[in-house]
Amino acid sequence: MNRRRLLELGGAVLAGAGASLVAGRLFAAPVSGPRFLLVFLRGGYDSTNLLIPYSSSYYYEARPSIAIARPDAASSTGALALDADWALAPAVRDTIGAMYQRRQVAFIPFAGTDDLSRSHFETQDSIELGQSSNAARNYRSGFLGRLSDTVLGAGASTASIAFTDSLPLAFAGATTVPNLSLKNVGKPPFDERQAGILSGMYAGHHLEAAVKDGLELRQQVAQEMADEMKAANRDAITPKGFELEAERMGRLMRDKYRIGFIDVGGWDTHVGEGGAQGALPTNLSGLARGLQAFSQSLGAEWNNTVVVVLSEFGRTFRENGNRGTDHGHGTVYWVLGGTVNGGAILGEQRPVSRGTLFQDRDYPVLNDYRAVLGGLFRSLWGLSPDQCARVFQQVAPVDLKLV
Amino acid sequence: MTTLVEAPDRLRTESVRIRARLGAALAALPAALLLACTGAAPRSSSPDPAHAAAAALPVLHREDMLWLERVSFGLDSASVADYRRLGRERFLDEQLDTRDTALPAPIAAQIGALEVSHANPVKWLAEVNAQYKTINAMPDGPDKEQARKVLNERGNELGYEAIRRELLRAVYSPSQLQEQMVWFWLNHFSVHQYKANLRWLVGDYAERAIRPHVFGRFEDLVMATLEHPAMLQYLDNNQNAAGHINENYARELMELHTLGVNSGYTQQDVQQLARVLTGVGINTGDPPKLRPEWQRLYVRRGAFEFNPARHDFGTKILLGHTIEGKGFGEVEEAVRLIVDQPSCARFISRQMANYFVADNPSPQLVERMTQTFERTHGDIAAVLRTMFLAREFNASLGDKFKDPMRFVVSSVRFAYDGRPISNTRPMLNWLNGLGEAPFGRQTPDGYPLTEVSWASSGQMSRRFEIARLIGSGNAGLFDAEDGGTAAMSGFPQLSNRLYFEAVEPFLAARTRSALDHANSQQEWNTFLLSSPEFSYE
Repeated sequence: MNRRRLLELGGAVLAGAGASLVAGRLFAAPVSGPRFLLVFLRGGYDSTNLLIPYSSSYYYEARPSIAIARPDAASSTGALALDADWALAPAVRDTIGAMYQRRQVAFIPFAGTDDLSRSHFETQDSIELGQSSNAARNYRSGFLGRLSDTVLGAGASTASIAFTDSLPLAFAGATTVPNLSLKNVGKPPFDERQAGILSGMYAGHHLEAAVKDGLELRQQVAQEMADEMKAANRDAITPKGFELEAERMGRLMRDKYRIGFIDVGGWDTHVGEGGAQGALPTNLSGLARGLQAFSQSLGAEWNNTVVVVLSEFGRTFRENGNRGTDHGHGTVYWVLGGTVNGGAILGEQRPVSRGTLFQDRDYPVLNDYRAVLGGLFRSLWGLSPDQCARVFQQVAPVDLKLV
Repeated sequence: MTTLVEAPDRLRTESVRIRARLGAALAALPAALLLACTGAAPRSSSPDPAHAAAAALPVLHREDMLWLERVSFGLDSASVADYRRLGRERFLDEQLDTRDTALPAPIAAQIGALEVSHANPVKWLAEVNAQYKTINAMPDGPDKEQARKVLNERGNELGYEAIRRELLRAVYSPSQLQEQMVWFWLNHFSVHQYKANLRWLVGDYAERAIRPHVFGRFEDLVMATLEHPAMLQYLDNNQNAAGHINENYARELMELHTLGVNSGYTQQDVQQLARVLTGVGINTGDPPKLRPEWQRLYVRRGAFEFNPARHDFGTKILLGHTIEGKGFGEVEEAVRLIVDQPSCARFISRQMANYFVADNPSPQLVERMTQTFERTHGDIAAVLRTMFLAREFNASLGDKFKDPMRFVVSSVRFAYDGRPISNTRPMLNWLNGLGEAPFGRQTPDGYPLTEVSWASSGQMSRRFEIARLIGSGNAGLFDAEDGGTAAMSGFPQLSNRLYFEAVEPFLAARTRSALDHANSQQEWNTFLLSSPEFSYE
């Protein structure tokens, strides 16, 4: 029996008995609200080579040079069969595959937006804004910003964070959300007096809050990093790149932040994307190791955390003339968390064949991102219909029983 | 945005190294001596507002200085003197006429010494392709790794040289508007140096595809980028052939380079344009062997080629117009059709106004620029003149937030006021840290042009850190590029004549108060470069 089963069972059995004892042991940190991280894969990752529709012979016809071989029960390194139709890319088998088997990962194929521009920037914007697609856009209102203000209350400025160099559109309009990329962090250059003088120049200016937050956050993260240096000495292997970044993100979210955002680039594989090995699998494997590191550094709070990985669109079902794929439509979302209803492929689906492709080109979208995310947020925070409507206007949330 | 493939790490460690060295330098020298060593000190060691005012004829108003700041990459004594001598309109005329531009001799010498200044990109490209081929054929092992590393380092060096050249010109060229336009168009037709072999090409791309056309006809600029191997590789059109369609470039050509998204073209148009563009690619070797009837349709200019054997000669319908199959002429016809669309005139005008005027430029101004664009068939200089002399331009002064490039370049211009730096790596580090490295945008949309993209909490605190590096030492800018000894130490003296003439009279009370509370000249410099007045133009 795995750890999650135990937790679930413990909760059920002990609900009527003395739960506090066990709960006290399970949750080292004080029980706190849910945490949510959005991982945005910019560039339109090729979901068809992550979640492989291996029961479809058309998949193998359409991708003569980049299809990934059918899962083989005897192999421990090939694609991992998740059910009779879908298999997971070998590149993430040991990481995401293992988490899937622990039921900490679910996938939602045929997910996406109704934006048909097939433009990266257009579609990324429309997702981050999360507004109705037939109304004029308000670039000052992103859906994570609205979520943040709704569930954490306006003014709770320290509860959301973007782990990026600039503030993403998704947080637009929120009551000051700080941002800081955790790629390279050194010690803070200003003492309190200097920080005070710098802030003072912006008193009454519309950048006042940004200036103040920036100087403060820099101080806090420096402290975190100092702790990390101490802890790192005990680790045999020091993680690098995205893994290290994700581990730091996990620690900050464990201690302080409730809603986070990170974007990861390099998915626009028009040329030579690779099959079981190559450019895309290398990227997927780095991403997966980072997500694993993130889950581990959250500690017990991983059980209070949900991560959604998404991308602006999927790619063409057929490979193009350059062993790559072009911009498509429907994609596959990932949902991860210590207590999500994982180990399942969720949402509206249909068999994958030439006949079911959208515009004879790519996956259709059967699961609208706003309905899916709205449903998730509703369960996660127990949102009222009014609150749901504040985050995603004019969209009925769909409950996929993710949590 | 995070990337999963590691970018070269060398530059990241640089600022740490610089900071360590700086600390040592400051500890070793008494402050008075440091001051005396600075570049600006000899000319302005005794700042005297009364003296500066006496020299000032005619009196410079806040609006003049802001106008000059906006048209240039930031104030220095030379640009203020030129403005004073010429007045606004003649200054603009001179800026739009780049024939007599000469860089200061030491800067011209630095640029002349760069390998990238004597490049033969066709040869380079052929060589690097051959080398990669050789390396890929080698058996796995340390030799292969070593060969790959050597080639990679060479690519990094050439990519850096291209950046170094642009940064030196941005700081020192008297043709400041030209330099801003080079940056603007490089960003508009953005390419990413870390894709494929682009590091070998970005210098030539800036020099030959962008620079000659920055004030010319927009159509020529589009064609020059279309034919450049950097763009052809970056957006994969070198892979686009009849029967092997790759629509990447076709889409971005309309969406990002000319018409703008939602301007009316369809997925169908993208596919049709991709067909028009089949056969437009790269060749660094011998021309292909072609059937006789195709030979006369073959086009070759440098590494650019149009290969009829890879072209789809069928009839296309683009934006409602029929384009008969005839070879490369189709591409020229399609580009002309596209740049003549009213949506192109509007999109490009708006982009320029976005960069130079405001995040939300007045629709009337954009409309007048659009009219100029249409009337002159895309004469960029004419559109710029309409913009810079508009009432709306004046009204916007002081409210445009400097993007990182403007912030970094204007800081160095102001701090060293014409004194030639010897090392541009610190500037590149700062631009990396602020998220706007030249040739560093991974996606083809170019860097954003609006304040909200650059003024988040994290970016503001980073900006202050850079202000501190510049304000409190030489910041590595006078180190030898090859890592040898520094040509100068100490920190700049920012309370100089230029400051009292062009900055001090227009400071807000809060900024003055902050400056009054500085404990040292270094701190004073840091505060000034961090002030709202220095962040906006």
